[in-house]
Amino acid sequence: MEIGFNDFKVIENYLMVKMPEEIDHHKSQAISRIADDFILQERIGNIVFDFEDTVFMDSSGIGIIMGRYKKITFFGGKVYTINTSPRIKRTLMISGLHKIIEIME
Amino acid sequence: MNSKTEEQNFIQKMREREAYGKRNDKEHNEMQIEFDAVSINEAFARTAVASFLTPLNPTLEEISDVKTAVSEAVTNAVIHGYDEEYFKQYRIRTEDQGEEKQTKPKVYIHCVLDGDVLHVEIWDKGKGIANIELAMEPLYTSKPEQDRSGMGFAFMEAFMDDLEVISEPGYGTTVLMKKKVGVSSWIEHEE
Ligand SMILES: Nc1ncnc2c1ncn2[C@@H]1O[C@H](COP(=O)(O)OP(=O)(O)OP(=O)(O)O)[C@@H](O)[C@H]1O
Ligand SMILES: [Mg+2]
Repeated sequence: MEIGFNDFKVIENYLMVKMPEEIDHHKSQAISRIADDFILQERIGNIVFDFEDTVFMDSSGIGIIMGRYKKITFFGGKVYTINTSPRIKRTLMISGLHKIIEIME
Repeated sequence: MNSKTEEQNFIQKMREREAYGKRNDKEHNEMQIEFDAVSINEAFARTAVASFLTPLNPTLEEISDVKTAVSEAVTNAVIHGYDEEYFKQYRIRTEDQGEEKQTKPKVYIHCVLDGDVLHVEIWDKGKGIANIELAMEPLYTSKPEQDRSGMGFAFMEAFMDDLEVISEPGYGTTVLMKKKVGVSSWIEHEE
C-alpha cells in the first residue's frame, strides 16, 4: 500500500499524518515530501503522527519525525504521536525522541 | 508386542526418535540470498529472514527485533554502501582500466541457525566505512540532508544480542549479528 494524499488531513492548524503499516526507507521518502508540502503551503502549526495501522518501523521513521520536528519548531509548532504501540514507543525512546515530542496516551 | 511394558517402551522409543529428528533439523540450518541494492527489496529482505526463523517458534517481539535489525543493515547497504560517491569511484575505475561493466550492485545475506541462535551476516561491496567507531555512534549520520537519524547501528545493537561491523574503504561492509531466539518447541511438545 503506497502512501498518498488521503493519509494527510488538516484539522484547524494540526496536520494529521496517518502512518502506513510498514515504515522503512522505501516508504519514508514520500511521507516526508508530502508532509513538507503541507508544512510550507498550508501554514499548519503542529503535526500529529498517527501510528494506529503501523506494525513495523525502523530508523527511517525516526528520520521522518526528526526532520519534520526541525521544520515545525522553526515556526514555533509542536510534534505529537498518537496510537503509539509499546513497540513504537520503545523505538522512540531508544532514539531519545520522547524528550522533544509529545507521546499522547 | 506381547506385553504392556514392551508396547510402552516402543512408543517411548519412537517418540524420542521423532523428537531427535525434529531437533536435528533445527540444530543447523543455513540460507543465503543475493538481491539488487534497491529500496523496494528492503521489505523482501526482512521478511525472508523472519520466515527462515519460523522453525524456532520466535515470539512476535523477537520477529520484530530481527526484522528491524535486518532492515537497518540492508538499508545502510542501499543508501550508504552504494551511494553517489561509490558510483563516481566506480565510473573512474571502469573508465581507467576498461573493466567490463558489472551487473547492478547487490546486497548479500547469509543466515545460520545454530541450535536456538540466529547468525545473520549482511554485506555489500560498496564504498566501505573509513571510521567504524564514529559511524556506530548513536545519532551520527553522514547524510543528515536525506532525513537519516543516525540510529541504524544503535537499533541493531538494541534489538540483537551481538553486533560486529567489518569494513574496508573501497571494498565494502559486513555486518554480523547474533540473537538467541525462542524456546525450542520440541521440548514443549514433549511435556
Ligand atoms: N554499508 C555501509 N556502507 C558505507 N557506509 C555505511 C554503511 N552502513 C553505515 N554506514 C555509515 O555509518 C553511518 C551510521 O549508520 P546508521 O545506520 O547508524 O545511521 P544512518 O544510516 O546514517 O541513519 P538511519 O539508519 O537512522 O537512517 C552512516 O551515516 C554511514 O556514513
Ligand atoms: Mg542506517
